[in-house]
Amino acid sequence: MNSTREPLLQMQGVHKYFAGVPALRDASLQLYAGEVHALIGQNGAGKSTMIKVVTGAYGLDGPQDGGQITFAGAPVRFHSPKQARESGISTIYQEINLVPFASVAENIFLGREPRRFGLIDWPRIYREAEQALAVVGLSVDVRKPVSSLSTASQQMVAIARAVSVDAKLVIMDESTSSLDDREVELLFGVIRKLKQDGRAVVFVSHRLDELYAICDRVTVMRDGQTVHVSPMAEISKLDLVTTMLGKELAVAHRKAASETSTTAKPALLDMEGVQVAPRLRGISLQVGAGETVGLAGLLGSGRTETMRAVFGADRLDAGGLRLGEQALDLREPAHAIAKGIAYLSEDRKIEGIFPDLSVRENMTMVLLPQLARLGVVDRAAQLRIVDDFIARIGIKTSGPEQPIRELSGGNQQKVLLARWLALSPRLLLLDEPTRGIDVGAKADIANLIHGLAATGMGILMSASELEELVSMSDRVVVIRDGASIAELQGESLSEHTIMSAIAEGRVAPAAEAGDAHG
Amino acid sequence: MAKVMTRDRARQWLIQGGALLALALLVLFNLLFTESFLSLQTLNVNLTQVTTIVIVGVGMTLVIATGGIDLSVGALMAIAGTLAPLIFQALPGGWGLAASVVLPIAVAAACGCFNGWLVTGFGIQPIVATLVLFIAGRGVAQVLTNGNLQSFDNPGFAVLGKGQFLGLPVQVWLMLVIVLVASWVLQRTVFGRFIVATGGNEKAARLTGIPAVRIKMLVYALCGALAGLAGLITVSINSSSDANQNGLGMELDAIAATAVGGTLLSGGRARIFGTLIGALIIQLMRYTLLAHGVPDAAAMVAKAAIIVLAVWLQKK
Repeated sequence: MNSTREPLLQMQGVHKYFAGVPALRDASLQLYAGEVHALIGQNGAGKSTMIKVVTGAYGLDGPQDGGQITFAGAPVRFHSPKQARESGISTIYQEINLVPFASVAENIFLGREPRRFGLIDWPRIYREAEQALAVVGLSVDVRKPVSSLSTASQQMVAIARAVSVDAKLVIMDESTSSLDDREVELLFGVIRKLKQDGRAVVFVSHRLDELYAICDRVTVMRDGQTVHVSPMAEISKLDLVTTMLGKELAVAHRKAASETSTTAKPALLDMEGVQVAPRLRGISLQVGAGETVGLAGLLGSGRTETMRAVFGADRLDAGGLRLGEQALDLREPAHAIAKGIAYLSEDRKIEGIFPDLSVRENMTMVLLPQLARLGVVDRAAQLRIVDDFIARIGIKTSGPEQPIRELSGGNQQKVLLARWLALSPRLLLLDEPTRGIDVGAKADIANLIHGLAATGMGILMSASELEELVSMSDRVVVIRDGASIAELQGESLSEHTIMSAIAEGRVAPAAEAGDAHG
Repeated sequence: MAKVMTRDRARQWLIQGGALLALALLVLFNLLFTESFLSLQTLNVNLTQVTTIVIVGVGMTLVIATGGIDLSVGALMAIAGTLAPLIFQALPGGWGLAASVVLPIAVAAACGCFNGWLVTGFGIQPIVATLVLFIAGRGVAQVLTNGNLQSFDNPGFAVLGKGQFLGLPVQVWLMLVIVLVASWVLQRTVFGRFIVATGGNEKAARLTGIPAVRIKMLVYALCGALAGLAGLITVSINSSSDANQNGLGMELDAIAATAVGGTLLSGGRARIFGTLIGALIIQLMRYTLLAHGVPDAAAMVAKAAIIVLAVWLQKK
């Protein structure tokens, strides 16, 4: 890329705070016309915030906010998405924002319908919508409502809309996550054409192979800062993952404390070639009784979906599950719970707590049928359990009757963990159990998990922080693009080996290879 | 944290205590300015009229607690109310009388199941799903009698609306029992807590193993059955069944009573006693305005004002 040219978009020293918490700290981004630029980072690294600042969804109006933004040679400050759109920035969001019951053509021309004599020029809309769809290789009836199309086709319509606006800059925020290989190839064709026409593309994706296939340069963000900028070809996959996760390779190590021959333990959970559309394409793993197995992988690799499949929250399309000697056919989480499987979901607010209910009720919701005689809850027994857990795992609350929404994130998480532990499950699924909680609570929960494995419970857990995963797991299964690709344990388990497995899609030399079919 | 708590508690008090305070002010106003307010007759008139609102309101509160709403209650009252005379006139005697109470309620419960089936099986928004029977239900009731008023004289059936027990109308006792049982079920039983949990966070409810679909079906069925009972009471009071008038506008009174009583319209918190107080406020408000010669049309505006106030208090 010719860096002596004037950049199309230049963002420098961008600061953005939410309620005093920094989301961006001195972040920067530079793009040139005719380039495809990868913007990557872990969850919470700030890339979404960055995109929303560019597209005018977030202003830089707070007292601590600031930064210079230049677009097409002039300093700008967008205050609404409309303003950014009119200046030539077109965005395709991950969650498709189409109007479901309006026709495909209406969606493509939404807000900019061509008019004739003051009325909408429908023949022209239909004609031009068909042309716009032809560019992305989609041929559907443009008069049909968008909701009648598949998710992938809807994504293609959104792309067609973004491309048909004569934009100088097209931002694609995880546009490929719902597309299959053929559709991704079509999208790449569109991107190459945009590039030829001298437009710039910002490409956000968690699939490393895609980044290398289509992007010219890359900007890596971490903790709200821009930590790396280079041509795509000049950084190896391993370095890219390392930069993104922020770990120095040399220090990767593992406490060699509980080094027993873990594989000898009998398999409690056996997952074989599990597929769930669209994310899971072949997951095979085992968890033994008393064993803690870590699930590693980038955001969007399928960690949450793997746990949901084991818990019966999503139906399997292929593959099999066994718990102990028994084959599982789970249609609802209730079935999994009855078999002794517990699942601590990743998103506390959306999938975990009942905000208006008390700590007592939140903690005993799963156990409630067992605490009842003839359907009437035994208050005394309920309170005994609640008081016991509050004391045992150190939940800071004014009492069992306090509404859970008033607790801190860490204490909410402890209540939810207690909800499942009260059930004495055989298998515990923990999806990011320490996410978004303070350091003290983190240590408490880590200790708790450690103690649980000693009681013979099988634990499958995921964590974005590799250090945590390595120190807490007996074994780690690496997932990449919805397939389990490696299994690491003992000597071969370290942050380094996990990262190279994530980056290369295979196990580094000297480690045994896991299954990768499906 | 302490500050947040006290503000929260204060707000809760305002919602619950506020409704009680409004009721007290209404009573005080009537004591001072309404002639012969303090009489057994006035009490009986008001209690008789509030009964159906409370009974339907209890069912509505349960539905709203799951995050739903039921617009069909008025129409279900009409169906049940029309069926009862048809049954006891065709089938005289004790069995006919029993069937004329049980069958209409069962039919109304089945209609409630139909509502629940639309909501859970097809993911239709409750307000739209129950609109189906809101429109069609009254039509069905009218077809059953060709739209004619059915007058009857049946001493057994009249007990439901005109009988007295220990100095109070029978239906008032019925109402009190329903309120007490519903409140106990909601607070103390697994079913009750699952209702509130389903409305509080449906995604979490599913991941907690709560049979949310079954819970919702049951709640709509219960709401239908209670509406059916209210329909029978109305018919019994009037000694005639009028498919055009029975339960007309009841869905709005029931929703208003629920909202004024402090039940969250978005689901997840239910107050049965609040609904009782809300219904009393609505009834007394209407009585007060009528007693002072304010036309019914203006009374509707006043009712709307109470609802707005209640919802505003919830949002604050």
